[in-house]
Amino acid sequence: MSVDRETVAKIASLARIQMDDAALDRMVPEFNGILAWVEQLGEVDTSGVEPMTAVIPNHQRLRDDVVDADPLTGGGIRDKVLANAPAAEHGFFGVPKVIE
Amino acid sequence: MTDLTDLGVKAIRDGVAAGTFSAREVAEAFNANVAAAQDALNAFIVATPEKALEAADAVDAARAKGETLGKMAGVPIGMKDLFATQGVQTTAASHILEGFTPEYESTVSANLWKAGAGMLGKLNLDQFAMGSSNETSYFGNVISPWRKQGSNAALAPGGSSGGSSAAVAARLCPAATGTDTGGSIRQPAAFTGITGIKPTYGRCSRWGIVAFASSLDQAGPMARDVTDCAIMLESMAGFDPKDSTSLDLTVPEWTDGLDPDMSGRRVGIPKEYRMEGTDSDILESWDNGIAWLRDAGAEIVEVSLPHTKYALPAYYIVAPAEASSNLARYDGVRYGLRDLPDGANLQEMYAATRAAGFGDEVKRRIMIGTYVLSAGFYDAYYNQAQRVRTLISQDFKAAFEHCDVILAPTTPTASFPLGENSDDPLAMYLNDVFAVPASLAGLPAMSVPAGLNKDGLPLGLQLIGKAFDEQGVLNAGLAIEQRAGFTARPEKWW
Repeated sequence: MSVDRETVAKIASLARIQMDDAALDRMVPEFNGILAWVEQLGEVDTSGVEPMTAVIPNHQRLRDDVVDADPLTGGGIRDKVLANAPAAEHGFFGVPKVIE
Repeated sequence: MTDLTDLGVKAIRDGVAAGTFSAREVAEAFNANVAAAQDALNAFIVATPEKALEAADAVDAARAKGETLGKMAGVPIGMKDLFATQGVQTTAASHILEGFTPEYESTVSANLWKAGAGMLGKLNLDQFAMGSSNETSYFGNVISPWRKQGSNAALAPGGSSGGSSAAVAARLCPAATGTDTGGSIRQPAAFTGITGIKPTYGRCSRWGIVAFASSLDQAGPMARDVTDCAIMLESMAGFDPKDSTSLDLTVPEWTDGLDPDMSGRRVGIPKEYRMEGTDSDILESWDNGIAWLRDAGAEIVEVSLPHTKYALPAYYIVAPAEASSNLARYDGVRYGLRDLPDGANLQEMYAATRAAGFGDEVKRRIMIGTYVLSAGFYDAYYNQAQRVRTLISQDFKAAFEHCDVILAPTTPTASFPLGENSDDPLAMYLNDVFAVPASLAGLPAMSVPAGLNKDGLPLGLQLIGKAFDEQGVLNAGLAIEQRAGFTARPEKWW
């Protein structure tokens, strides 16, 4: 199946990647090339086959329900969390205005 | 005196422990090699000579006090720049993370420092580990130290762990970390004449590794030989409650268990890996590997992995799907780059930031991933790929009823000139045709050097084992290593 320019533009928008006309012109044939190639998976008879969920059998663990069980991933480290933010202000992440 | 940079992990560790040389001397020697090669090879994004010296001094001091030394004590290593290192920039070779300085340390790197290793620097890689030639890095191509006989053309060190492979091959470090999502340890190891193992999925914690495709990502060592890989893997692996897919198993003493005697072992040769388009040199080296393992006492059996040809297309649905989800976190808000055009709103800021921060290959994979997960296509693409993945995993299970370990080439060709495949994503993807099936099945797999092709470039052989059987993989690798007698190294031009 081949996708048109409009579809690729829609995907770029869903992926939150800005694309100008030139970028879209480059992406459409590449996108269709890759899709045409993966189409061959349709040849495989997978009736009755379960989709893979865990490649190595494992069980889901729950951590103890306590605060700061692990100091690295617990709370109380606001400044560390904000240390790499491009626009941290007053102890918060700064973003452009979202409410008019 | 011996050039200390000619020594591997075991020789350095044992020499430091015996007092033949100090850890500081070793760190200084490798620091010098790193600095001297940077302009020519571009293997490192950031060098950290002071970190290497600091760790070395700690080991020398511990030895002077008579303390027990760790398994990697005194060994300076390169750290792929996909591992978060506290206080040292961690970029995944992407502009979007340029300047990002983690407040925490990845589990794998922390384990290595605890074992006495030191950090020479952060190694270059394909951007977000997406690539097979190290040409997608924002920080420039890594140049392989190898050259074709009679040519000065720059060759690919493989990818995505291309900085790691180039640095080990060029004696800039005795060993380096790699990560393997669809061949990113094994393919670069094969291209540069070094050894690298991807363990069973879950052996090494993914915590603190920049995520690409979480159901496939797995860290492993890259070093000069099998023994060095075994030592380093012991130090990297282990249960980590911070990774929900971490295996809660004791780490075996793989080094103590090394045994190249293959008597009573069956080696499977997958007939579907004899593909059209594979170099005759590669097929010849595969035949050599078969003869070497037979010589080591193994019984050779043909096995079948019928869904092999579908592994690569399944991978190029599953991996981009997971990547599109994992990379949603780069939004210009919490860390990394922000591009805020005049008057832009929040949504426009996200889109501008991601357009400016991600490279072309990363964008391509995010887009494919977004598409195959989108409403109406999820079942046809993503679920079908995951079903095929189940079939590939079942193929291996069936094959391992007839053999203990599988021998195959690592790559369909030797290293290629930079630029040769960079305009054609599909041609580039084919590099990993032999590596991807083991990744999809989560199995341990290793590449060991097998010789040189007619151009004088290294070729690798791949060993694929049953889940949890790193020992069987390492042992077969050792049997090949002892018989291949691979001592070639790139002639120094840098």
